[in-house]
Order: sequence, then C-alpha cells, then structure tokens
Amino acid sequence: MNVYKYASPVTFYPLAGKLIPYFAVIAAALGIAGLYLGLFLAPVDFQQGEVYRIIFIHVPASWMAMVIYLVMAAYGVLALSFNTRLSSMMMEALAPTGAMFTVLALWTGALWGKPTWGTYWVWDARMTSTLILLFLYVGYLALTHAIEDKKRADKAGALLVIVGSINVPIIYFSVRWWNTLHQGASVTVTGSKMATIMALGMLIMALACWAYSIAVALVRVRAIILEREQEARA
Amino acid sequence: MNFSEFFAMNGRAFYVWGSFGAFAIALTVEVVLLRLRAKKAATAAADAAAAQQ
Repeated sequence: MNVYKYASPVTFYPLAGKLIPYFAVIAAALGIAGLYLGLFLAPVDFQQGEVYRIIFIHVPASWMAMVIYLVMAAYGVLALSFNTRLSSMMMEALAPTGAMFTVLALWTGALWGKPTWGTYWVWDARMTSTLILLFLYVGYLALTHAIEDKKRADKAGALLVIVGSINVPIIYFSVRWWNTLHQGASVTVTGSKMATIMALGMLIMALACWAYSIAVALVRVRAIILEREQEARA
Repeated sequence: MNFSEFFAMNGRAFYVWGSFGAFAIALTVEVVLLRLRAKKAATAAADAAAAQQ
C-alpha cells in the first residue's frame, strides 16, 4: 500500500468517510464518560467548591485551541514545501473548530475567573496570548476567504498560520515566564498535581475533544473537497 | 444528593452551567451547520455529475 496516495484529495475522500463514524462514536462515548466523572464522581474541591468543575471543559478546550493551531501550522509547512492541495484543505477544515475551542477556552475561563479571582477578564499574559490566538484563527479565515484565487489564498493562509505559531509556546509558557493571575500548569509531562479522579476526568474529556475535532475536521474536509471541485469546474 | 442540589452547584450554577451550556451549544451548532454544508456540497456534486452525463 502506498501511503502517499492518500495525500491526494480523490483517494483521501473515501478514506475520511470511513473514519468519521469511528471518531464520532469514540467522541460521544468518551464525552459521556468524562462528563459523568467530572460532574458526578469527582468530589468537590476543598478550596474552590463546585465551580472548579469548569476545569473539565476549560482545560480540554484550551488544549484543543493550541493543538489544532499547531496541526494547522504543520499542514501549512507541508502545503508550502510540497504544494499539496489536501494540506491546505485540512487547514481550512480545522480552522473553524480551532477558533470555536479558543472562544470556549476564553468564555469558560471568564466564568471561572469571576467567582475565583473576582473578575471576568484581566490583561494577564496567558489570557492576552489566548485572545491573540483567536485573532490568528479569525485572521486566517478572513484572509483565505478574502483572496479569490484559491492557490494564492492557500499560500497566504499557510504563511500567516506558520508565522503565528510562535504564539503557541508563548501561551503555554506564559504562566512560567510572567507573573500571571492565571495559575501554573496542573498537569505536565512529568506528572499531575491534581487528585487522580480529577486528572482522569480531564484527560478523558480531552480525548473526547480530540476525537470530536478529528471527526468534524474530516466531515468538513470532505465538503471542502467537493466544493473546490465544483469551483474548479465552474 | 438530589437533582435540585445538583443543579444549584452550591450557588455556583450560573458559572458552572454557563460554561457547560456554552460548550454544549457551541458543539451542537457546529455539528448542525457542518451537516448542512456537507449536504449542500454533496447535492451540488451529484447535480454536476448528473448534468455531465
């Protein structure tokens, strides 16, 4: 089997179609399990009370906001260096979902900030850099839709996303580099500072969001493949 | 724990359900809009294929 052949939209289209139901079912199953764990099984936090439960969606949403952006940047590198059409289509398919998760990260963060810090918003390094991430997503979408020539639009979009990817490590390390109101990382590669059941609930919700994003991106990229075919014919 | 206690979230209902609610609405809206887009694209493609024959 030749893996490279799936870099072509025509052969990728049916493969994506076969994969979608699996990711959709995984997303639903993990989502139900994660919500059950987070809302019913996980105990009340002794400091924050019930409001800490926002963590089960706030952290996965924030992770997805950053991960989807990095995946887009990787596709951007592929698009610019190998001129693969599918890479640009994948970028276009991922951007709306990434933007949505960024909005959710900011929204849930604001609703968590009010009862714990006393404010919905401050111009804290992590929050500001996450807002910049949203502007990058919106900027990519606006730019690619504003340029009529699809090839030029793809190139400009890829360039914007690659340059903007410098913002992702800034978001991630912001809580270490600056004195932020936002707390530091609770979960790192070396371990977790949280109770096991809380960390587990968060992890399951994060995996559910991964599966959801993949399913949605595959549905969207299939629509994009068809739409672009139509445009090429017209 | 009964249901009203669960929904009250110990006085934090606005923040907790405001977050989970927004999350649920956002994902639902995305899925619905995407289904419409996919359907539209599939119909257009099928029409074009039929017109060619």
